[in-house]
Amino acid sequence: MSLNRETTASLIVMAALLSTVLWAEATGEPFTITLATRAAIFALAGIGLNLALGMGGMVSLGHAVFFGIGGYAMGILASHAQTFTPLTTWPILIEGTNAMPVIWLVAVISSALAALAIGALTLRTSGVYFIMITLAFGQMFYYFMTGWPAYGGEDGLSIYVRNGFPGLNTLDPIQFFAICFAFLACALWLYIRVDASPFGLTLSAARQNEARLRAVGIDPFRIRLVAFTLSGAVTGLAGALFADLNRFVSPAMFSWQTSGEIVIFVILGGVGRPIGPVVGAGLYVLLEHTLGDVSDYWQIVLGAILLAIVLFARGGLTGLVLGRPLPHG
Amino acid sequence: MGDATPILEARGLSKRFGAIPASRAVTLDLRAGEIHALIGPNGAGKSTLIKLIAGDLTPDEGSVYLGGLDVTALGTAARAREGLGRTFQISSLIPEASVLQNATLGALGRLGQPYRFFSRALRDRALRRTAEAALATVGLEELHQTRSAELSHGQRRQLEIGVALTLAPKVFLMDEPMAGLSAEGARQLTGILSDLRRTAPILLVEHDMDVVFALADRISVLVAGEIIATGPPDAIRADPAVRSAYLGEATP
Amino acid sequence: MSFVFLVEQVLNGLQFGVMLFLMAAGLTLIFGVMGLINLAHGSLYMIGAFAAAATAAATGSFLLALAAALAASALAGAVIERLVIRQLYDRDHLDQVLATFALILIFSEGARWVFGSFPLYLAIPEALSGPVTLPFGIEYPRYRLALIGIGLAVAAGLFWLISSTRIGVQIRAGEADREMIGALGVDIDRLYLLVFALGAALAGLAGALIGAIQSVQVGMGEPVLILAFVVIVIGGIGSIRGAFIGALLVGLTDTLGRVLLPGLFGLLLDPAAAASVGASLASMAIYILMAGVLIARPQGLFGSA
Repeated sequence: MSLNRETTASLIVMAALLSTVLWAEATGEPFTITLATRAAIFALAGIGLNLALGMGGMVSLGHAVFFGIGGYAMGILASHAQTFTPLTTWPILIEGTNAMPVIWLVAVISSALAALAIGALTLRTSGVYFIMITLAFGQMFYYFMTGWPAYGGEDGLSIYVRNGFPGLNTLDPIQFFAICFAFLACALWLYIRVDASPFGLTLSAARQNEARLRAVGIDPFRIRLVAFTLSGAVTGLAGALFADLNRFVSPAMFSWQTSGEIVIFVILGGVGRPIGPVVGAGLYVLLEHTLGDVSDYWQIVLGAILLAIVLFARGGLTGLVLGRPLPHG
Repeated sequence: MGDATPILEARGLSKRFGAIPASRAVTLDLRAGEIHALIGPNGAGKSTLIKLIAGDLTPDEGSVYLGGLDVTALGTAARAREGLGRTFQISSLIPEASVLQNATLGALGRLGQPYRFFSRALRDRALRRTAEAALATVGLEELHQTRSAELSHGQRRQLEIGVALTLAPKVFLMDEPMAGLSAEGARQLTGILSDLRRTAPILLVEHDMDVVFALADRISVLVAGEIIATGPPDAIRADPAVRSAYLGEATP
Repeated sequence: MSFVFLVEQVLNGLQFGVMLFLMAAGLTLIFGVMGLINLAHGSLYMIGAFAAAATAAATGSFLLALAAALAASALAGAVIERLVIRQLYDRDHLDQVLATFALILIFSEGARWVFGSFPLYLAIPEALSGPVTLPFGIEYPRYRLALIGIGLAVAAGLFWLISSTRIGVQIRAGEADREMIGALGVDIDRLYLLVFALGAALAGLAGALIGAIQSVQVGMGEPVLILAFVVIVIGGIGSIRGAFIGALLVGLTDTLGRVLLPGLFGLLLDPAAAASVGASLASMAIYILMAGVLIARPQGLFGSA
């Protein structure tokens, strides 16, 4: 396989992230590793959204739903394991668990199902309707979790011990980072493969010209629905990891701000570029950390940067460095 | 010219928008090996008729048959899968995609394989063969890697037809393929279309009368949503109703 | 559940609905005329509330507070229209979403910087405090009744503006065909500025009026913004009439859902479970309504197909 520009850029950025963490480990700076883990998880959520937004042109302002569902999949399963109470006893007994692989599987399946259901409703519309409706569905889940007392309601749920993965000590920052980084690398690889696949070609055609797609006998609705579902599943996995990073879940994971932040990861880095969300999430965490130390009002600066990017640098950071994407394949 | 079995047939198609009838009981057919041109003054209802046949609009009355199958209830995508190869009046391509990718998209639709996530679209033999053959037919084999947004107007028209070809359609439905072409471009495309009728018959909507009378085996004239005459070019040229209703207006 | 209680709740629903209409009307006008989705509309609502609370604290006058809210939000609207929004009319929706999201960040953090994180309070004016007695001996807060009155009056004024004035003709022309109004010799820049400032003023008015019954704080605008989106989705984008009907539907569904659903579940479940399930579902009621409308009429009740 020959490396094109996008893949090369992806490898460079991933290597930079990895070396930062290895350097932090060598110099004994676990907090930097935690920041890098945070960035990797945000990047994963962003890659999920990029499947829908970048490849498919679906401007979803509701991806917090999937992030939150992934988070609560972890929170609910782990809290039951923590208190040794089963989730349900009828019709079958379901116990809680603190095994990460099971939690991931539940997170991915439940967020994919939610994305399928929400997509089936929202993808009947397009443009501004789609934006407003995805935002509204996010709010629905937010209020639902806020009002549901069984799992902490407004206050959220604390999980006291990080969940386990066979053979790893997940409480060691670098080992947990390794898990997140591995998922990020897989998601990036998935994105690049899908981008060049028949499905990716079809999806980007659905974004650019629906009439053309129909004229070759392909129904754009189903293509988008499949992409939206895949997108929700990846973002849901990120949510489960984020919950484990913080050992805490709360309705804030479902909030419109979270949806907005996931979009920002994608845009800061460069929409539709495989590595865009990784660059964007890295920049976001960096800004949050450095400016957050200087001023409580760092989001004013974030707002200004975002505004500048939208008005003057539409390809995001990756676009500034690499220029316009080429037709690939 | 060709046998008499219709491959595409419109039977009594009617469509009203509010109080305004855009199509009135239109019946026409397309037989193997022929180019059947549809002409008519602006506002005669040609676009509506195209949309009714392609499946963008549902008729109030009447039916559309494709290869003997009633496709009236099918949507645009399903009719394309049944073998309706369509080109648009205003070139409708995937602007960011290359010429080869545009053609591959057609091949994907034809082979029914859009849900493949890991193989590479441009490395698939079957897809590639279909796409390359179609591009060669329309003379774009030198431009595989060019982004379609960067093609000249004439090349876009060729690619439109190339994409339709990848569908291996039973019929072509072409909406003003000559629109905006230079004299040279029109001549080249006329040659391509003339050969193409042997691959599949063409229902051709066209404004350029030189092209229509040079290419068409039969011509139907649509005026105010109704077909007022159908026949070979010579008969149409001599038809008094056509002369007064259409040619009378168009040529002073 | 008594008749009196039910009437009270219907009035509460109406009051909520007409306030939502003030938000939704501006949003739908701005979308209809300029084709712009404005997420920062909630910030304009917040600006109105803060301007009113600060003015009332300084002067003690509620009328001055309302005037300040209208002025501040209209001015803020005009300023962002000139500086930012204007660049976005020809951009795609993604750019509009991002730029207006950036404005939310700037306005919210700016307000936190100026006013701090603690909520401000805006007192109900003396003349409108206390209850009023309605027919059938129903007692209802005078201020909330006034909100219904103001909301209906503004709605009537807006319908009149659009149906019977020169500006209204231009707005309707702009909704029908953006290029046409330029060709007709209308000053588009001025029209857009005017519509945007009008929408902003309506949002600011709603913020100030609601500010007297809820606390005034950073982040108060966005939940209302999202509800206004639900209203627009139900009513149909660009339709003032749709916004009005949608707002009343959402106001009534939400208010009555919160009151009736826990009781309804009380027939099936034990009281504690009924209260929590009922409350959770009630918070979802309007979204379920929205989903229902989407399935039946994706373009909204009054939207054009």
